[in-house]
Amino acid sequence: MNEPVNPRLRTFIMHVEDLPGVLNRVTSLFRRRGYNIESLAVGRTEVPGVSRMTIVMEADDDAARRIEANLYKLVNVLRVEDTTWRPTVSRELALIKVRTDQATRAQVLQLTEVFRARVIDVGPEAVIFEITGTRDKIDSLADVLAPFGVLELVRTGAVAMVRSADTLEATPCVQDQPQSNAA
Amino acid sequence: MSTRTGAQILWEALHREGVRVVFGYPGGAIMPAYDALLDSDIRHVLVRHEQGAAHMADGYARVSGKVGVAIATSGPGATNLVTGIATAMLDSVPLLCITGQVGSRFIGSDAFQETDITGVTLPITKHNYLVTRAEDIAKTIREACYVATSGRPGPVLVDITKDAQQHSCEAVFSDEAVRLRGYRPDHKARRDDLAKAGELLDRAERPVILCGHGIVRAEATTMLRAFVVKTGIPVASTLLGLGGFPATHPLSLGMMGMHGEAWVNQAIQEADLLLALGMRFDDRVTGKLETFATRAKKIHCELDPAEINKNVRADVALVGDVRETLEALLPLVEPRDHHAWLARITELKGNAAVRDIQQMPHQGRLFAAHVMHDLWRITEGKALVVTDVGQHQMWEAQYYKHDIPKKLVTSGGLGTMGFALPAAIGARFAAPSDEIWVIAGDGGFQMTACELSTIAQEGVKLNIAIINNGYLGMVRQWQQFFYNGRYSATPLKSPDFVKLAEAHGLFGLRVTSREEVTPAVMRARAARGTVLIDFRVEQEDSVYPMVPAGAALDEMIRRPSSIVETAEDD
Repeated sequence: MNEPVNPRLRTFIMHVEDLPGVLNRVTSLFRRRGYNIESLAVGRTEVPGVSRMTIVMEADDDAARRIEANLYKLVNVLRVEDTTWRPTVSRELALIKVRTDQATRAQVLQLTEVFRARVIDVGPEAVIFEITGTRDKIDSLADVLAPFGVLELVRTGAVAMVRSADTLEATPCVQDQPQSNAA
Repeated sequence: MSTRTGAQILWEALHREGVRVVFGYPGGAIMPAYDALLDSDIRHVLVRHEQGAAHMADGYARVSGKVGVAIATSGPGATNLVTGIATAMLDSVPLLCITGQVGSRFIGSDAFQETDITGVTLPITKHNYLVTRAEDIAKTIREACYVATSGRPGPVLVDITKDAQQHSCEAVFSDEAVRLRGYRPDHKARRDDLAKAGELLDRAERPVILCGHGIVRAEATTMLRAFVVKTGIPVASTLLGLGGFPATHPLSLGMMGMHGEAWVNQAIQEADLLLALGMRFDDRVTGKLETFATRAKKIHCELDPAEINKNVRADVALVGDVRETLEALLPLVEPRDHHAWLARITELKGNAAVRDIQQMPHQGRLFAAHVMHDLWRITEGKALVVTDVGQHQMWEAQYYKHDIPKKLVTSGGLGTMGFALPAAIGARFAAPSDEIWVIAGDGGFQMTACELSTIAQEGVKLNIAIINNGYLGMVRQWQQFFYNGRYSATPLKSPDFVKLAEAHGLFGLRVTSREEVTPAVMRARAARGTVLIDFRVEQEDSVYPMVPAGAALDEMIRRPSSIVETAEDD
C-alpha cells in the first residue's frame, strides 16, 4: 500500500432524509470504520424532509473517497460531497465567556472589536461574546482571550456552502465511479 | 380495497414478494403475526433457537438466490438473530429478518422483552426499519426485499410493533418498481477504464484471475468460463468463490489464501497482473498486505465502490455487476495462451502432490481429508455441501472439487460456528431434490445441534457428517503452531452423536476407519430420512499448507515431509 496522501482536514456536505435515527446511522458509520469526527453540524434545509450535515474530519485522499462511498451505502443519504477542493465558504459560531473586571474590561472589548465579536452579556465578573467566522478566526480569538481567563467556550462546528450559484444538487455526482489509479 | 390487520398485510406483502417459506419462532410481541400466519399459505418452519432461523433463511437465500426470511419476537428473540444477521452481512446474503416489537407507546420504557433491535443491528444490516403503523407495513416489506436483494445484497431487518400488527387499515399493495432517493445500487464500469483493463490484460505475461463470491452471486460463471477460454488466464478462487469456476478445469488453480495450495499463492505472488472478480481482498486471502503480489498490477471488478482501494490499491477499478463487466471486457481482449506462465506454475507445484495427504497410506487410520475425498468421489462432485467453520471447512474446500456454483454453502467472512446444520435445513427448502451433505466439526455441530429436532419435526432429509476429532481443531492447530502446543480449552467432550441422532428419531452411524467410509456414505444416501455419521478422525491432524496470520502469502507452513516420508516408508 502506498503512503497516505495528504492527510488533512476535510469538509463533507451531506443531504440526508430527515427521519428519526439518520444522524445515528451516519455517526455509527464513522465510529465503526474508525474515523474521528472533528465537528458535525446538522439542520433543516430549503427542501422539506431533507436535512443537511456538515462534517469536518481528518482524512487522506483514499480514506476520503472510501468515506464518501460508505456514506452513499446508507439508504437515507441522498447526496455527499467532499468540498475540500471546491471554492467553499465555511462559518462557525462560538460563544466565549471571558473573566473581566474593571481593569481588564476595556482591553478585552477592544481586542474583540478587532475580531468583530459581539457582546451579548455583560456581568460584573464576566462578558459573553458571540463570534462567527472560520475555524481559524475563532481559534485566534480564543488564543487572544486566553490570558484573561476563558471561563467557558462553546462552538457549533462548521457549516459550509459551495460558492456561486452552484447547488449541491446541481453538481455532478463524482462518487458513482471511484477513480482508477492507472496512468 | 379492503380493511385488514397489519399482521394480515404482512403475510400478503411477503407472499407478493415471492416468499413461500419462513423460518421462525413465536413470542409475545409477534403473536398477532403468528395468528394471521394460520390463514396464509406461506410455510413456517419452527426452529429451536432464533439463531437457527437466521442461518436457515441465509442457507435458503444462498442456494435460491432469493430473499430468505427469518421471523422472531422482540427482545431475546430478536437478539438471538444477531449472529445470523452478522453472518449474512459479511457474506452479502439477502436476508430479511422480521421482529415483533413492544407496542409503540411502550417503546423506550424498558418494557418486558423490549430491546432496541434496530439500534443493535445498525452496523450489521444493510438497512433496517422500525414500523409503528399498520399502514406502513406493505410498503416497508416491499422496500426491504428490494434493498436486501439489489446491488450488493445484504441483510435487512424490519421491526414491527405489536400495535402495528394489530391495527386495521386499508390494504394497499404496489407492484411498481421501488425507487429510493438515496439508494443507487447499480453501477456500470466506465468505458475508458474497461479499455485500460483490456490493455493491461493484453500486455500481461503472468496474469491470474481471482474468482470471488461475486461471480457466484451475479451468476457470472458461464461468462467467466468464456473469458478464461479466450484469455487463457489461470483462475484462483476465494473460499466463497469455489464453484464459480469448475475446479476440475485445466486452468483452475484452486483455492488461494491462508489454506490455499502453496503453488496457488506462489503464482499470485509472482503474477504481473491480477484480475480480481467480485472479491474484497479479505485478510485471509491476501496475507500480509505490504507483501501481497507486489509485482502485479491489479484490476478490481467489484459492485461496491466502498471496496475499491480498501485493502489493496487497484490500478484499474471496474465498478459494476461482475457479469456485465466481463461481458463488456471480453471483446476488448486478445485471445491468448500463456504456455510459459502455465509451465512455471506447474513447476511451482513441485512435490506438492507428494506432500498431499491423499497420497498417504492410511494404515487403518481415518483422516478427514480422506473422508472429503471419498464423499466427493461417491457423490460425483454434485452434492450440495454445507460446511461449518474450522478445520473440516478447509479440508472440504481443498478436497471436495466444486464444479458447479451454489453447491457450497459456508460462512466465510464471519466464520460462524454452528452455521452448517441450520443453513442446510434452509438450503433443503431452496433445493428440494439436491443431495445435501452437512459437514461439521464436533465443536460447531454442538452449537446448533438443537435443530436436529427441527429436522425431525419438518421431515427434512439431510446427510450429516460430523468430523469428530475430540478437539476444537483449528484452535488446537494454532495452539500447536503458535502457542507452543499449550492446548488451552480445546479438548472437547461430546455426547454420543449416534445416540443423539437416535434420540431425535434419526439414524446414526459411526465410522472409525477408511474402509467404513464408503458403505456408510452409501447407506446415508439411500436412506429416506436424515442420517448422521460420526466420523472419528485423527485427533491431532492439521490443515496444510497454512499462511500464519500476518505473514506473507508465500510464507507457508507445509505438511512436514517427515510425516510423508514415514508414511511412505511404512
